[in-house]
Amino acid sequence: MSRASASIKAYDKLFQAAGWFTTMVGLFVLLVLFIDIFMDGYKRLSLDFLTSYPSRKPEQAGIFSAWVGTVWIMITTAMIAIPLGICSGIHLEEYARKNKLTDFIEINIANLAGVPSVIYGILGLGLFVRFMDLKRSVLAGALTLTLLILPVIIITTREALKAVPFSIREAAYALGATRWQTVRFQVLPAALGNIMTGIILALSRAIGETAPLITLGALTYIPFLPKNPISVSDQAPYVHVSAQGFLDPFTVLPIQIFNWVSRPQKGFLIDAAAGIMVLLLITLCMNGIAIYLRHKFQRRW
Amino acid sequence: MFCSLLSVFTTLAIIIILLSESWGFFQKVSLWEFLTDTQWTPLFTNKHFGILPLLCGTLLTTFIAISVAVPCGLISAIFLSEYASQRLRNVVKPILEILAAVPTVVYGYFALLFVTPLLKQMIPSISGFNALSAGFVMGIMIIPLVSSLSEDAMHAVPHGLREGGYALGAEKIQVALRIVFPAALSGIIASIILAFSRAIGETMIVAIAAGQQPRLTLNPLVPVETITAYIVQVSLGDTPHGTIEYKTIFACGTALFFMTFLLNMVSFKLKKRFQEVYI
Repeated sequence: MSRASASIKAYDKLFQAAGWFTTMVGLFVLLVLFIDIFMDGYKRLSLDFLTSYPSRKPEQAGIFSAWVGTVWIMITTAMIAIPLGICSGIHLEEYARKNKLTDFIEINIANLAGVPSVIYGILGLGLFVRFMDLKRSVLAGALTLTLLILPVIIITTREALKAVPFSIREAAYALGATRWQTVRFQVLPAALGNIMTGIILALSRAIGETAPLITLGALTYIPFLPKNPISVSDQAPYVHVSAQGFLDPFTVLPIQIFNWVSRPQKGFLIDAAAGIMVLLLITLCMNGIAIYLRHKFQRRW
Repeated sequence: MFCSLLSVFTTLAIIIILLSESWGFFQKVSLWEFLTDTQWTPLFTNKHFGILPLLCGTLLTTFIAISVAVPCGLISAIFLSEYASQRLRNVVKPILEILAAVPTVVYGYFALLFVTPLLKQMIPSISGFNALSAGFVMGIMIIPLVSSLSEDAMHAVPHGLREGGYALGAEKIQVALRIVFPAALSGIIASIILAFSRAIGETMIVAIAAGQQPRLTLNPLVPVETITAYIVQVSLGDTPHGTIEYKTIFACGTALFFMTFLLNMVSFKLKKRFQEVYI
């Protein structure tokens, strides 16, 4: 063997080691991050922490209004974003003809997916808070996040539909199904697993979003909850349904964390770490479910 | 049809709102002053509206992030695509994706309370808020973006090209660096440009860890303020609607939007091109 090829072999080994190393750097940092936050925050994590309102005293502060706000925002966002995203994906992939307009829409969606989230906050501030006069409400926040995650949902829906082979559609047409019947009963069920995966990932991204909601003007100190949509009383008609909660002000977990991180007192930093543990738990669970679904529905056609 | 057009409306709404509110801003402050004044002090009594310090802070943190994310991301993409076994890939890729799924406010906490104290031990003169730790953590966050998009690009290179290389007696590293890498170059560059755009638009990490003092410097050890961090700073304060301070966030947003818009378009076009070549 010549010297040149021996040294190339050495380079090869060296590069492989470097590859291992850099790939592990990312995983290592992730591990350090988890340990650091756990060490800082586990002391504060208790039932009290989950059921207390924010307070001026770090030992009494909790994330009650924050996580309830997060739940409100996420449910509202999901109710608006999922139908819109799936409809749009189906339309673009199954119905729309390929022409200048759909090309334009496609470029547009790809571009929207890359717009910084803080710009969506400015959009929400101008459009929902000021122009539509929704104030700094749950609805304004949810609509802003809807616009933020819509491109992601549309793109993953289209990819999921694209993965369903054409022969399935042709078989349905051959049996006399209309286009809608084909999509509704064949293509959509086949693609549903991948669509769900994309939606869960999009929602988990929305849970962690802080910047757009801050720009919207979401408050950092909220010692009350949005009004329950369904309340029970002992007077007729006993069950009240109210949409007032959607128009109430709100805060969410990441904003509460940000608020605590930017304070100088050590106690609030511990609160922040404990809040982060809750937030991370939610995001990791959602990602875990998404990865599981992806594996479960991974089908080789 | 309506649902699909919603995305076009969204873009239009962004542009209309940004431009209409910035219009009011640029009637009071000339575009020339906005682009050339070297001070940014809209919240003080002696007001200056020069975006250069904010731009400088943004570019500084972005370049630090890129110099972490691009080498790490590319090496790990080559490793995962050319060297790693299918099993290792199946384990590592989802974990790397978690790196991208961690909320940015968490990274901000990590940069401020873990990385900065660590850096302080090595560089005692570093201040509590600095561009270095924010940029570094941002880079870590962007690694999965670079590595997974670049890996996709390398994966799309037809196998025949690799086999041709091996037939000529090339080692794996030669095939990877001289055949696959150049063949996938447009896709790789697209991923790097997208990483730039992501770093420019990243908000919470820099708002928490890089400080809130706009200054025209390339020193990574002192506090700086980015365009995004400024938008957050103004939104947190109670700035009345309609004032010039309020309008500055729209002017800043316009600058930010057009920078990322341009980068995204270039990246999209490049990606389309490499898809057309091999499919």
